[in-house]
Amino acid sequence: MSRHGQGIRAALARGSDLPVLLPAAERLARSAAEERAMGLPSLRLTPAHGIVIVLIFLLATGAAEAETAPVHASVIMTLLKWTPLLLKGFAFNIAISFFAMAIGTVAGTGLGLAQISLLPPVRRTASFAMHFFRNAPWLVVLFYCMFLLPFQVRIFGVEVPLPDWIKATFGLGLPVMANVSEIVRGAVQSIPSGQWESANSLAFSRRQTIWMIILPQCVKRMLPPWMNLYAILAMSTVLASVVGVSEVMTLTGDVLAAENRPELLLPFYSYILVWFFLYCYPIARWTVSLERHFAVNI
Amino acid sequence: MATPGDKPIVSISDVHKSFGTVEVLKGVSMDVRKGEVVCIIGPSGSGKSTLLRCINGLVPIDKGAIRVAAYEVHKLMKDKELLALRREVAMVFQQYNLFPHKTALQNVMMAPIHVLKEDKKEVETRARALLKKVRLAEKEGAYPGELSGGQQQRVAIARGLAMRPEIMLFDEVTAALDPETVKEVLVTIREVAEEGMTCILVTHEMGFAREVADHVYFTDHGVIVEHGPPAEFFAHAREARTREFLSQIL
Repeated sequence: MSRHGQGIRAALARGSDLPVLLPAAERLARSAAEERAMGLPSLRLTPAHGIVIVLIFLLATGAAEAETAPVHASVIMTLLKWTPLLLKGFAFNIAISFFAMAIGTVAGTGLGLAQISLLPPVRRTASFAMHFFRNAPWLVVLFYCMFLLPFQVRIFGVEVPLPDWIKATFGLGLPVMANVSEIVRGAVQSIPSGQWESANSLAFSRRQTIWMIILPQCVKRMLPPWMNLYAILAMSTVLASVVGVSEVMTLTGDVLAAENRPELLLPFYSYILVWFFLYCYPIARWTVSLERHFAVNI
Repeated sequence: MATPGDKPIVSISDVHKSFGTVEVLKGVSMDVRKGEVVCIIGPSGSGKSTLLRCINGLVPIDKGAIRVAAYEVHKLMKDKELLALRREVAMVFQQYNLFPHKTALQNVMMAPIHVLKEDKKEVETRARALLKKVRLAEKEGAYPGELSGGQQQRVAIARGLAMRPEIMLFDEVTAALDPETVKEVLVTIREVAEEGMTCILVTHEMGFAREVADHVYFTDHGVIVEHGPPAEFFAHAREARTREFLSQIL
């Protein structure tokens, strides 16, 4: 628990001078704790970020253009020439992010519910798994998956190959799972206890209470941090380049190697940066507007 | 109305309950007969709400015995047994606790459909009738957030009734309402009581208790100080503590 939270509990225990303020204070402390629990750095992209990124790109391209020897095609033309290939790589990044998010969300919901299980061993194991994958560097988890997962698996007697990108998807899905589980746990615990009480007194079983009453109310609260997590995941898919998946960073490296023109380095990489900004910015804005909306309506 | 010879439907004897080091109930006993309306009054923190939660097993007791209809509540350990008990005991809360993601009608229908596994059509008819009875027929499609406190509380009463319970528990159901809406909720509760439902109410509405209750209990510091029929209780309280409390409140 936070220092703040402890302070409030201590104040509650000794009887504060202003007990009327305590419910509000406790609510604030709880929401702060909840935010930390859901706590990835939240993506607060602004138009200013976009302007800076585009400026970097333009400056880099302009400078490179000036350096280009007359025998070479212009930087802009080279960028355009390779754009279809790079777009294919970028689509791969998006695909990896989708699948990793899907895996992470399903597994994370399970892990989050396991964290609030009434069985202490289940709860402890889930909590351990959550801490393990949430605090391990994403790249390390990715490497483990690349090297520990077999290159093919046997499902019902059929050999199914496991290409690198699928392994990378699992590798990225694990930290996503851990973070989603904290989002789920935080959201479930933020539902007022009266909801559990009234569900209990209407003879709903615990399972029914969670699935029919608690989780549906959590969706709204979970959406903003979940989308924030997705934007971070989308940017992290470039990690897959380190393990050799032919996503956009790998392809950019290949292109630069083929062109063998050092002045292209900055324009190409800032070009990719612009793409990622264009993809993540709307998600970040939407997340913020949802947060505001729910802050008013919850 | 109850006749004295009936076997009590709720029988509480020598119940003790502590939260940590705080002893909330220190040997409480009470009997409630079928069809009886019992009001529990007393200062805040005297254990009234806890006692109510012990009756439907929301709060397990440390010592003593509680019997509700055929259930020995203090012996129920498994979830399944507790759920069976709670089908017979409906509870209405101070904070309404409606499910905010469901409409008024869905709130009333949910438990009978999913808990009692009753036919949806039949439940819907019954739920509509219940909403009509609490004078909210036109609000069946409204979400709790769109209803006033009094309306939410009446939906909560309909939701409890939809389970066709043997007993209804009311936990300070008017405490969070403004004075004008208190009345509409009390009228609803009185109708429920008049239809013969066994009701146990924790309340601060002394006028209502005097008018509706068959029996009034006064609790303080985890014990029952005094109890009796309302006419006698309010006019001629025997204990000094009761008289002091009543003089402050009336």
